[in-house]
Amino acid sequence: MAKDDKHVPRTMPVYSSTFTPEVNAEIRRAAATGIYDIRGGGAKRRVPHFDDLLFLGASMSRYPLEGYRERCDTNVVLGTRFAKKPIELAIPITIAGMSFGALSAQAKEALGRGASAAGTSTTTGDGGMTPEERGQSKTLVYQYLPSRYGMNPDDLRKADAIEVVVGQGAKPGGGGMLLGQKISDRVAEMRDLPKGIDQRSACRHPDWTGPDDLEIKILELREITNWEKPIYVKVGGARPYFDTTLAVKAGADVVVLDGMQGGTAATQDVFIEHVGQPTLACIRDAVRALQDLNMHREVQLIVSGGIRSGADVAKALALGADAVSIGTAAMIAMGDNDPKWEAEYEKLGSTAGAYDDWHEGRDPAGISTQDPELAARLDPVEAGRRLRNYLKVMALECQTLARACGKNHVQHLEPEDLVALTLEAAAMAQVPLAGTNWWPGKPGATF
Amino acid sequence: MQTFDLEAQGLRALNETLQAQSQQTNETAWEIVNPRGSHAIAVGLDAPIEVTVKGSTGYYCAGMNKQATVHVKGSAGPGVAENMMSGTVIVEGDASQYAGATGHGGLLVIKGNASSRCGISMKGIDIVVQGNVGHMSAFMAQKGNLVVCGDAGDALGDSIYEARLFVRGQVKSLGADCIEKEMRPEHLETLRDLLERSGVDARPEEFRRYGSARQLYTFDIDNAY
Amino acid sequence: MCGIVGLFLKDKSLEPKLGEMLTDMLITMSDRGPDSAGIAVYGTDRDGFAKLTVQADDPARFAGLDDELSQVLGCDVTLRAKDTHAVIDLPEDKLAPAREALKELRPEARVMSAGEVIEIYKEVGLPGDVAKRFDIPHLQGTHGIGHTRMATESAVTTLGAHPFSTGPDQCLVHNGSLSNHNSLRRKLAREGVRVETENDTEVAAAYLTWKMQQGHSLGEALESGLEDLDGFYTFVVGTKDGFGVLRDPIACKPAVMAETDQYVAFGSEYRALVNLPGIEDARVWEPEPATVYFWKH
Repeated sequence: MAKDDKHVPRTMPVYSSTFTPEVNAEIRRAAATGIYDIRGGGAKRRVPHFDDLLFLGASMSRYPLEGYRERCDTNVVLGTRFAKKPIELAIPITIAGMSFGALSAQAKEALGRGASAAGTSTTTGDGGMTPEERGQSKTLVYQYLPSRYGMNPDDLRKADAIEVVVGQGAKPGGGGMLLGQKISDRVAEMRDLPKGIDQRSACRHPDWTGPDDLEIKILELREITNWEKPIYVKVGGARPYFDTTLAVKAGADVVVLDGMQGGTAATQDVFIEHVGQPTLACIRDAVRALQDLNMHREVQLIVSGGIRSGADVAKALALGADAVSIGTAAMIAMGDNDPKWEAEYEKLGSTAGAYDDWHEGRDPAGISTQDPELAARLDPVEAGRRLRNYLKVMALECQTLARACGKNHVQHLEPEDLVALTLEAAAMAQVPLAGTNWWPGKPGATF
Repeated sequence: MQTFDLEAQGLRALNETLQAQSQQTNETAWEIVNPRGSHAIAVGLDAPIEVTVKGSTGYYCAGMNKQATVHVKGSAGPGVAENMMSGTVIVEGDASQYAGATGHGGLLVIKGNASSRCGISMKGIDIVVQGNVGHMSAFMAQKGNLVVCGDAGDALGDSIYEARLFVRGQVKSLGADCIEKEMRPEHLETLRDLLERSGVDARPEEFRRYGSARQLYTFDIDNAY
Repeated sequence: MCGIVGLFLKDKSLEPKLGEMLTDMLITMSDRGPDSAGIAVYGTDRDGFAKLTVQADDPARFAGLDDELSQVLGCDVTLRAKDTHAVIDLPEDKLAPAREALKELRPEARVMSAGEVIEIYKEVGLPGDVAKRFDIPHLQGTHGIGHTRMATESAVTTLGAHPFSTGPDQCLVHNGSLSNHNSLRRKLAREGVRVETENDTEVAAAYLTWKMQQGHSLGEALESGLEDLDGFYTFVVGTKDGFGVLRDPIACKPAVMAETDQYVAFGSEYRALVNLPGIEDARVWEPEPATVYFWKH
């Protein structure tokens, strides 16, 4: 045969599944800079999620409710255990804590506007309470964090609830981070920090450690606020059974449980992707903890981390949550990662949908920034309206599913209304694999 | 002078009563008897009243204080005057961990020793300790002045921001990014004023000043953690 | 997560009141540990005699045990049953054979403590209720340690309650949470040291026992614990003639000590100490991190 290279089949170049282009790029970046990667957002890796669950719906054995005509309530009351003034919300979807500093003042205002219009609450963050936010939020939850930036008794009393933050899903065991680009004059002043420094918050609270001390801290907060405000305790999805149990023993009115898809303004990528459990895997353990203490529904459970649609809301409620919380989704509703800014995302070395360098403060959408020009791109009224619409859609979707399952209140959804599409989701949600009556780990089941 | 028996009347009634005092109150002097180490005594006050606690307190005495003067005639438990905004808190005895934690303003005077983490994350409060302070004091201290007339324990001023630390005795060790700094006339003046207001008989010249080397202010290869 | 109290008497005239004083201190710490409570009391030394405290979920199982033990051991044995616990008095040289015999006679019974003077009582429930069940206020002795538990990661059970026995006349209580106890439990298992519960504190207790079996003093064992035990802890240990305190190097968990001519006292909070005689004039201080403290008769 004539020697003709053109006709010899060649081996295709094969990318390693271990050393992927992303992995290699990160190795080169680390080698060039000597510092770990910091970014915003939550876990990006694929983990079992609500998408892997389906509702059974009603047919012959159960009867559905008519849309629009037959009642299906969505309201929820939070903080009924000890607080004199529990929080009443029209929908079981709240806005999670995001700081002024991480977000612009306009974005914070928009969150307040959108949430208030939809009949729900919004939450401060690791940077104190701004007047814009308080003014536009009908119901505002004030976060009590290790840093205590901007903490003062007047704001504490202006709040409708207090959320003691022990951890968050993006980084259970880690503290906050805000890089110098975002420490503007106003942010610096509110936090009593020098302008432009890279700020790291402590990972433990400065004046208590552990649930036995937290019980005393909660007593102090209640004494300062006349026992009026519900006290939430927020934990990252680490050991949800123990963490929920201990939050209740420490005296929480509400437990907020944030899974690993929950976002952050900035932290190490290694933390976001490698610490904590998926939201789906956390809920049943937390609910079981409440049930074992005879406190399910007495102490309310708010679940967050990767909630995107009314389907996610309905599934979280079915698994036993009283409400959910959204952060990343609310930012997207306001305009984060909108393809209309694609040219600018490209200039930043990213693309719409993947932009997560929130810590750099150069957000083209004007949300995760303190740059006055960029921040001015976000109209708080318009962004608030979009958020309200989105919340409304989620509530309607959730109702749609609840009605289809024959429920006159979304809180009547149960785990038994669900099946799982994958073994993983079946195990984590402890609902049967579709077409079977079995899930891995089901008591009494054999493999 | 109003006397309040904490054991008989209870914590809720105490704080409710004290918190209800207004700017113009005539009932400016209060005495709390039987504190018995209880927690959250005289928290969240916001009026120019004088409260004397006749005995030792538990956690968070005078927490988040504004305007009031709280005098503890005994020792104070963890977190005395935590997050104080203004006013004065005086502890006759010793203070446990976290004294003056995250305080934004006002003056905290501890006549005995303060335990670990005195002035942790302080944000503008002035703290004068006549005795010693324990380990990790002024951890992540942001603003304000911590004056220690005795000795300081390990890791003083770890990860400190712009707070100023004055120590008369020995410092067992300095924390990350905390260094000794030059004592300039304005520091001597600040110190003189604080010592005077705290009733401490010491000369400012006997103290050394410590503060931030500001090497942790920006992330780089060598100080990343 | 818990509350600890301890009392070491210097003044013999207080010995009849030890149980009463400790009970008062223990109940004050109920908020810190509402799940279970326990107490170790060091009573009077009867030369040549020793005692075992055993626990059985069904107190009826103590009936006739003294006679059965007496027969097997060939000596006089007395038994004082108190609710789910019983204290067995017997000659010192019969202690080891008695433990062996118990395994046969009452396999379900657990030895809470063994030694010349120690008695350990612990149960699930509020500290006040537990003290009442075992009539703790009427116990006399030279020193004692009490614990109220808020369980963190292991179950709320009798065996999960503190104090944990670490050897003859020795016990340990803990406030905090260890972070490497699972690996340590496996290491101890390879060394032949058995740990019964999932409790982190029991691992610490077993660790100290193991160190002392290797010839270390309790003080040395605690010192090496600073290297080998990771996490947050305030430990209080009891021995036949004294008690000791150790806090981890970070020392976040609270600890208050008071000393007068009459006693040395320990409390997780000052509240626990307020009813002690002469507390107003006591020297009150907080133990330093990573420092072993010890008081001996």
